[in-house]
Amino acid sequence: MFISNTEKEKQEMLEAIGVKSIEDLFKDIDKSLLAENINLPAALTEGELAAEIKKKAALNKGLINFAGAGIYEHFIPAAVNAISSRGEFLTAYTPYQAEASQGTLQAIYEYQSCICALFDMDVSNASHYDGATALAEACGAAARIKNKNKILLSSALNPEYKQVLDTYFKAGEALKFEKAPLKEGVIDQAALKELLASGEYAAFVLSNPNFYGCLEEAQAISDIVHSAGALLIAQVNPISLGVLQTPGSYGADFAVAEGQCLGNAMNFGGPTLGIFTCKKEYVRYVPGRICGMAKDAAGKRAFVLTLQAREQHIRRERASSNICSNQALCALNAAVYLTLMGPLGMREVAEANIENAHILKDMLCSDGKYKLKFAGPFFNEFVLECPIPAAKIIKAAAKKGFLAGYDLGRVDKNLKNCLLICATETKTRKELEDFASFMRGI
Amino acid sequence: MNNYPHNLLSIEKSSALRRGVQIRKAGKRAGEYLDGKFLRSKPPLLPSLSEFDTVRHFTNLSRLNFCLDTHFYPLGSCTMKYNPKAYDVLSGLDGFTSLHPYCPEDCAQGTLSLIYGLEEQLKQITGLAAFTLQPAAGAHGEFTGALIARAYHKDRKDFGRSEIVIPDTAHGTNPATAAMAGCKVVNIKSGPDGRVDLEELKKVLNPKTALVMLTIPNTVGLFEKDIKEIARLTHEAGALLYMDGANLNALIGLVKPADMGVDIMHINLHKTIATPHGGGGPGAGAVGVCGRLADFLPVPRVIYNGKKYKLETKSKKSIGKVKSFYGNMSVLIRAYCYLRQFDGATLKEVARGAVLNANYVRVKLAKYFPAYFDEVCMHECVLTIDKGVLPNAKTIDVAKMLLDMGFHAPTIYFPLIVPEAIMVEPTETENKQTLDKFISAMTSIFLEAGTNPEALHEAPKNCPVKRIDEVSAAREPNLRW
Ligand SMILES: Cc1ncc(COP(=O)(O)O)c(C=O)c1O
Repeated sequence: MFISNTEKEKQEMLEAIGVKSIEDLFKDIDKSLLAENINLPAALTEGELAAEIKKKAALNKGLINFAGAGIYEHFIPAAVNAISSRGEFLTAYTPYQAEASQGTLQAIYEYQSCICALFDMDVSNASHYDGATALAEACGAAARIKNKNKILLSSALNPEYKQVLDTYFKAGEALKFEKAPLKEGVIDQAALKELLASGEYAAFVLSNPNFYGCLEEAQAISDIVHSAGALLIAQVNPISLGVLQTPGSYGADFAVAEGQCLGNAMNFGGPTLGIFTCKKEYVRYVPGRICGMAKDAAGKRAFVLTLQAREQHIRRERASSNICSNQALCALNAAVYLTLMGPLGMREVAEANIENAHILKDMLCSDGKYKLKFAGPFFNEFVLECPIPAAKIIKAAAKKGFLAGYDLGRVDKNLKNCLLICATETKTRKELEDFASFMRGI
Repeated sequence: MNNYPHNLLSIEKSSALRRGVQIRKAGKRAGEYLDGKFLRSKPPLLPSLSEFDTVRHFTNLSRLNFCLDTHFYPLGSCTMKYNPKAYDVLSGLDGFTSLHPYCPEDCAQGTLSLIYGLEEQLKQITGLAAFTLQPAAGAHGEFTGALIARAYHKDRKDFGRSEIVIPDTAHGTNPATAAMAGCKVVNIKSGPDGRVDLEELKKVLNPKTALVMLTIPNTVGLFEKDIKEIARLTHEAGALLYMDGANLNALIGLVKPADMGVDIMHINLHKTIATPHGGGGPGAGAVGVCGRLADFLPVPRVIYNGKKYKLETKSKKSIGKVKSFYGNMSVLIRAYCYLRQFDGATLKEVARGAVLNANYVRVKLAKYFPAYFDEVCMHECVLTIDKGVLPNAKTIDVAKMLLDMGFHAPTIYFPLIVPEAIMVEPTETENKQTLDKFISAMTSIFLEAGTNPEALHEAPKNCPVKRIDEVSAAREPNLRW
């Protein structure tokens, strides 16, 4: 498939090369290594393939979704995919030849600019793999900046992120992670202060809104962290920043996020978009590509990958990270999404999230069967304490066509009756009512 | 003047309160639900454009790009082969894209079966025992592999293994990966034939060696003739053999890496397996391992009990998770689709076609830009400038001239051991006519470099911008509006 040369052309080429057969080009390979035909099933034509894949897609069962926990369902304007599926973007490589890649490069610059504006941060890279790996890079950078190997984490950090941090640093830079306790679902500030007083930690990782959906007193926490001489790494929800206070405003040194919510489909959890931002004094610690505005030989505005002395192709084992390919197309989706939304649209979508989640919370908590687990303010997600295990509810809900939420018993046995529920702007009033009435009925 | 669209920024086209999307408005403002201290004090500086403005803006940006769909793109080491369009459509089916990662397994049987199916395909191709599809790119796969190697040695109570042996031809991600995994990089000099020098290897192998990391074929486009001996020596020293699979296109269907003695490898699905690169990603760096390492793979693993696909999250020895969730699904589905269109016999034609095309270019350009190692190459040829003939010519100039002539440039100045390297990887999906045009462009550049080297220096002239001043871009970085 997809091999363009005809037999005749292949023959002509072999003659030009001066060999009799293609096998002669493989003479370096020990005969014993040349395998029999690989055992693959009969090849499919495009038509047959399409039929098979459509069947597979139909085996997935779409549910009315009330789960978040790191991946969120948001409306994606059709223009987003229309642009990112253009071959000019889709089938280009990393923009190594800047003069022939100005489209990709300017889009990256605009992505970086939109993200910095949304986060109120100085610098953004061109993207990382996902929120969790972006956080791992930020932790590594903080440890190097402070020359300390301990990082304090919010106990309400997404457990997937925690698993990734553990994996990244178990063998490698040997960072140690410790957890700061919670009170009522948010950081216990007195305990945080006490822990940081030891001076052992390079940074504190704040999750805001945190994994339980609760909003944190970010400014107060930032003050505690900084007065203890540690760095603040904030992990945030980009959609929430349409209205919520920004990591830059409360002085975060690094801010990272999962950017899937910005114009990328849920896709069973990937492709994702790692957002990595920091204050400008830490730009040399940024992992991966960064695009800069420059001038060409005629003095015209141009864009180019820059500050490459941080990167693996120059620095090799002393690079800030090993990342090479990133998630450029997801970043493009985010750039187009943010351009379509603008400041107004971002505010409106964030407000619609707040409203839907609060309406649903009121509906679910109206008759005393369910309780809000944590009393504090939330964005689009909250924890519902149920009379029966969350796992049971999720199972029953799936039969009725709902994804009821995330079962917190997966990560904490004490929370096995707790459901993390999310309602974004995609939910209609009727869907909220139908779900609430299902919940009342079980 | 060229007729490329002007490159105003989106923010410069903005007009306050213009809008691109209508969202159903909330009945109440955020301040009615939340205390003001939780709210941002001023709106973000994002552009305000209509949908039409936005579409035109980004469509015009796209016109400033060279891409595979429009240009020959012989970027060495990147395997820019045709990305079949059917897979874009199929991977974008709503049944796949609208799935939440925490939906019950019963509701994700289609997606899980594709993950499982792709792992099976890759196992057949490599001869390895098990795969993870979690890593998001090649470098991420390398890191996963290095962590697996470390975990394996530790599990055997072999605690001192913290060195990774890497040849000087290696891609930058290899040493960077080793450092991230907390290992010491032990570089070895290649032999005069561009391959691993067995004596050098023997000198550095020791009880601290965790891993020997090789790209096969290597980055000068040559097969490691002594691979079996390399594997034997590596294993004899108690270390594991890692294959950077970025160049698998030379071997796919012909040689199973496991047969060479490879213990761990990654495959860049966005190279060999034909998924589009998206201007930098997302890719996928599937990692395969031999049987004794299978328990160390990241979780969750997709398992099949004959009736249903399930996600197995528990595994005592697993290194854990290198990324949240299960991998870049839309990339993985495309890869599954590609491999479903081949059988054992036709898959061999991929590697054969790639090697034929690379050798054709190598031989036809031998008089002008000779291969640095003058012998039959695999899927790519690394050319150089003969300074005896063209004392003033530079690879960067050749690359920029190619852009003017309508070709994307090859990879340049890599691998580091080749002076003025020009690394050409045509791939099997290009036809002879295209290669001939490229060859004749390179030939004319050679002639011009002899007679008028200054002209080369001024290239590109026909691109959206002229040569960019990278030095001042780095000195006074402007990274956002
Ligand atoms: C030989 C080699 N190894 C590793 C990589 C890294 O792969 P990725 O960009 O997918 O992380 C590349 C990609 O350029 C490569 O050519």
